[in-house]
Amino acid sequence: MSDLISNDMTEDGSNELVDRGAFDLDWNRVGRMGALAALAMWFVSLSGMPVDLDSRAIIDPDLSLGYLALVVIPVIFGWLVGNEVVLEGMAATKRGPRDVVAGAAVGLLSGLATAILLVLINNFDIRDPLVNWSPDLLSLLTFGRSNAFGIFVWLLLSAVLGVAGASLRLLAPRIRRAIIVVLVSVLSMSIFQAVIDDLFGAIDPLIDLLYAKTGGLTRQGAIVIAVVSGGLSLTGRGRIKAARDDYAAKTGPERTRQTAIMLAITTVLLIVLPFFTGKIINELLANVGIFLLLALGLNIVVGLAGILDLGYVAFFAVGGYTTAVLTAARPGESWPDWLPHTPWIVALLITIVIAAMVGLFIGAPVIRMRGDYLAIVTLGFGEIIRILFLSDWLNGFFGGAQGIINIPAAEFGFIGEVSGVSPRSVFYLVLVFAAIAIYASWRLERSRLGRAWMAIREDESVAEAMGINTVNAKLMAFVVGAVLASFAGAIFSAKVGSIFPSSFLILISIIILVVVIVGGMGNILGVIVGAVVLIGILGGPRQPGLLTEFSEYKLLIYGALLIWMMLQRPEGLVPNVRRSRELHQEEFLQDAWLKGEVDHDDGTPGDGVDPDGGTEVAPA
Amino acid sequence: MGGVTSFCSRLEGVREGEEALTSAVRAKAAPRTGVDWFLLLMRVVLFSVIIFGFFAFVWQQFDSNNPLARQINPDATGLKSDQVKGLFVTGLSQGAMYGLIALGYSMVYGVLGFINFAHGEVFMLGAFSGFITSTKLDQAGYWEGNAFIPSVLIAVLVALVVSTSAAVIMERVAYRPLRGSPRLIPLITSIGVSFFIQNTVIVLFDPGSKSYPRPPDWMTDQYSILSFDIEGTKIAVLIVAALSMAGLWWFVERTKTGKAMRAVAEDREIASLMGIDVNKTIVTTFAVGGAMAGIAGILWGLLFRSVTATTGFLPGIKAFTAAVVGGVGNLGGAMAGGVSLGSAEALAPLVLLEPLGINGASQLRDAVAFTLLILVLLVKPTGLFGEKLSADDRA
Amino acid sequence: MSERILDINKLSVTFGGLHALRDLDFHVDEGEIVGVIGPNGAGKTTFFNMISGMVAPTSGEILFEGKSLLGLDPNQVTARGIARTFQNVRLFANMTIAENVMVAQHCRTKQGVWGSLFNTRAFRQEEREIREHAEKVLGFFGTRLIGYRLEQPASVLSYANRRRLEIARAMATKSRLLLLDEPVAGMNPMESAELTGLIGKLRSEWGFTIVMIEHDMNVVRDVSDRVVCLDHGETLAQGSFEEVSSNPDVIEAYLGRPLEKKTT
Repeated sequence: MSDLISNDMTEDGSNELVDRGAFDLDWNRVGRMGALAALAMWFVSLSGMPVDLDSRAIIDPDLSLGYLALVVIPVIFGWLVGNEVVLEGMAATKRGPRDVVAGAAVGLLSGLATAILLVLINNFDIRDPLVNWSPDLLSLLTFGRSNAFGIFVWLLLSAVLGVAGASLRLLAPRIRRAIIVVLVSVLSMSIFQAVIDDLFGAIDPLIDLLYAKTGGLTRQGAIVIAVVSGGLSLTGRGRIKAARDDYAAKTGPERTRQTAIMLAITTVLLIVLPFFTGKIINELLANVGIFLLLALGLNIVVGLAGILDLGYVAFFAVGGYTTAVLTAARPGESWPDWLPHTPWIVALLITIVIAAMVGLFIGAPVIRMRGDYLAIVTLGFGEIIRILFLSDWLNGFFGGAQGIINIPAAEFGFIGEVSGVSPRSVFYLVLVFAAIAIYASWRLERSRLGRAWMAIREDESVAEAMGINTVNAKLMAFVVGAVLASFAGAIFSAKVGSIFPSSFLILISIIILVVVIVGGMGNILGVIVGAVVLIGILGGPRQPGLLTEFSEYKLLIYGALLIWMMLQRPEGLVPNVRRSRELHQEEFLQDAWLKGEVDHDDGTPGDGVDPDGGTEVAPA
Repeated sequence: MGGVTSFCSRLEGVREGEEALTSAVRAKAAPRTGVDWFLLLMRVVLFSVIIFGFFAFVWQQFDSNNPLARQINPDATGLKSDQVKGLFVTGLSQGAMYGLIALGYSMVYGVLGFINFAHGEVFMLGAFSGFITSTKLDQAGYWEGNAFIPSVLIAVLVALVVSTSAAVIMERVAYRPLRGSPRLIPLITSIGVSFFIQNTVIVLFDPGSKSYPRPPDWMTDQYSILSFDIEGTKIAVLIVAALSMAGLWWFVERTKTGKAMRAVAEDREIASLMGIDVNKTIVTTFAVGGAMAGIAGILWGLLFRSVTATTGFLPGIKAFTAAVVGGVGNLGGAMAGGVSLGSAEALAPLVLLEPLGINGASQLRDAVAFTLLILVLLVKPTGLFGEKLSADDRA
Repeated sequence: MSERILDINKLSVTFGGLHALRDLDFHVDEGEIVGVIGPNGAGKTTFFNMISGMVAPTSGEILFEGKSLLGLDPNQVTARGIARTFQNVRLFANMTIAENVMVAQHCRTKQGVWGSLFNTRAFRQEEREIREHAEKVLGFFGTRLIGYRLEQPASVLSYANRRRLEIARAMATKSRLLLLDEPVAGMNPMESAELTGLIGKLRSEWGFTIVMIEHDMNVVRDVSDRVVCLDHGETLAQGSFEEVSSNPDVIEAYLGRPLEKKTT
């Protein structure tokens, strides 16, 4: 999809290149970028990220996550300042020393900002409103030494990093890719330390080589990873691409067979994985699974049918509470005694029915509203449902703020039981339901109903004129989404063993929305990737991810990510081809027109296709 | 500018035609499908709750041993008329704030056709900057006596600057690049903006709840006006809200920029052909909306004296509700919607729900507000006082 | 005399004082091709919107196969057997060409969630039929919408092909009556001549009855059995093309009054 976004220099050499002097820069732009970089430096410093994240080492003595949050800024802005929109057929500027100068200037400005901040913190105290205006930050910025040392290092370091960011553009794409692969691999190997520790804990020498005792990679570990990943990137890149193209080109039974093999391998891996990982990682996997289930449900509602349901958490809550009420021994004092508490699996069936009914109940009044009104009204419904669970009025049934506790484990006869005590069992349960949800999404997308949903998303009034009962189809999307969310709710209540109204804040709806959007709306694979990356690394609203230190900042990052995705890649990280076309409609058509790919009218002379009816009809 | 005026008045005629078109399109016969029947049932249930609740309330005034309430809740007690008055005043002053925030939603929806979900955060930033200014002034000893009024004015000024610039930056960074993209994209972006601002405030200023310094006694005293006992701060809130509304009305109806705003709201493309700088007008719209939200933020701080990073969320959603209740794009409607919503959510739990035997009804305040939104959209989707939108935005 | 398929009596619609249609009488017989002409703003598209249920009339009556269409939603009208195209082509641009036509068979098919989840035999059978019908309909326009094109998104099509696809989509609804809103607008003479022939075939080979709004008088003349001219929401004239085109009122509506009359 990257060829859709032409914010990079064209690399096919179709543009005429103009050589310009090293200082022949758009200084306005450099200044703007430098100011932004400076602002970013201040913002990150004062947000407290560097100090809080300093305890997490990336490469043991050399680099912590806290410093990384700062030093990445000049690199990014150094790269961005070289960004140039190049139109097909227009002259482009040749890359050269010019970019380096721009990068250095931007880096220097950001370094200057840091130096100024350092001086300001040293001389003024405005810790009253700004909590992170602290000596800790000062000592972090001065590297624990004198102020002059700090100022000098930041100026130099930022300029160098800005140059590094800018010079990425000078490199051949192959090398640039390799460098990015190396950086990403080192970073992710460090982030995934806990997982790798669990998986290869038995191979002591390897772990000792890679990781320091106190956390983070060792120097030699980082070097090993860099060499290996760089080497693989340089030699293997072409092969991966070839294999992917090969797979994409295949059709019919052979493709089915290959898909089946890949699915089987993934399944086996997923089944085996929890045996090697520890409790914490299994817990994490279970959380990822629950959010994946929610995201898959929302993906049907938002991605396929185009209904922005912000009150989606309501269905999660209904699923959780119904299961809790049905399985817990004594949910609330008003609950009639004659009502038996059922085993989990029976409760699940009832939960599905009730969730579907709530889906209809919420769906019916909102379904005819304008899309944006619908978003707010569903959000209102989400709040209403939470308030009802919280209220004294229904206290006797749902326990009010005290919630429902002592929810028993889900029993599955001889297979075993699923409860929070054993995250592995929860993971397996989640896996089964995630598989069901993925299968259902996949089937529905290719069915009569899925086509109707897409038509509604594209143009609702035309869809209705073409004979689609839009009210019923949209209600169906609501119901399917509700049922998938209720699965997640049912598993959640068995896993946690107690639920409270505060487990179902609107926040959850928004985080699920971020997961769906970051992965790619309307794309099952994208949603899976989104859930694994976001929930796995950053964590859910209450659930920690791999970067536990990030817990204070994850919501900030979710917000920033949402804005950035909408502005730059509304189609998500793993785009669905059609969805991205829709979102980049104009660019797509423009590009196609420039490349002469748009279908020409068949009747025009010179076009090879002969209109079959053309000669039979006597022209008037 | 004469051209713009006549052009606007010409558009009025067209607009009436369009309105009739949509109402004709929407005019449906008696319920036919299951959904229609369900919606009818929903309306009936909601109206019966209102009617029966009110009936039970009136009954309670005469006979404290109200069997209707006793049936369900033996502890139900009647509300005294003084209490009702008190609730009404509280609702009114809170509603005035909703109204001020709602103006921003309404104007942006009128001009750009999308819900700026982050507008609640603009309000929060106003309240938050007010907190910082007022504590600083209080520490210096200026939050009392004769210095109080000038200090409040300084706080208002700071809040205005902060909120206005927040709204303008938001427009520039997040919304301008998205003009012309599918409808839900800017809405989702604004959710992201809201989330981002909330959490920025949390990480920069720590997540705890902040308290405004105590105002002088004459602000918190009760004053008796027309047999209503009103707290000084509430009087101030009502007066400031009325003044701001009047100022806004003057701005929109009487100034060149206001006319340009109305023209852009009608039809952006044609307005730009008429020589109106659309970008500038949109920025102005955000700025004015932000200013109103900033004022509301200070008023909130004076009235409730407590502010957190999440203060903006619920009032924001409720202000949107107020805008819809009054009719989106209709500025008078936004204010009226705010006041109705404020009094409804203050009164309804205790007047309508408590007599029906629901205990802890006041906890359902927020639920009442959202139910009102649903009810209005079910019964009169164009709001109580009519929408003022261009034809495109209605689609 | 063949069966009367569509019968419209005294149809009026008012938009805030503006009479878009006024006491319109109109009828279509089984197997007819009726051309609707009239200057811009004559109410032609409103007329289509009203038949297809997108706009509710203020007064009057619309009978299709003897039963009233009033108060039906657009999808119910389509289910009764009236399909339409749009003046400004409105395809589902990001769905493939095949899907555009397949989705139009929605109201003729019935498989729901269960069928698709369990991939039942009935579901597969129905999907196959939907697909076959879609290809058959697309094949009506020659080779240009089938083959590799089936899986391409509708947005890559040329203007003329988009118009063709829209007609195909309307055909796929298995309706009896097609309402075509300016089917040849924007086409070059060769293309419009070809499409004129195809419209004839729509009746002779596929059995559709057709009402067509068209500005291109050549097309109207070649294919219509009867022509109705609307102006200011009223029927100005109807009859054969020759009768209507020589009617002085029609000429006046199109060209305006001669100058000397206007000054008097």
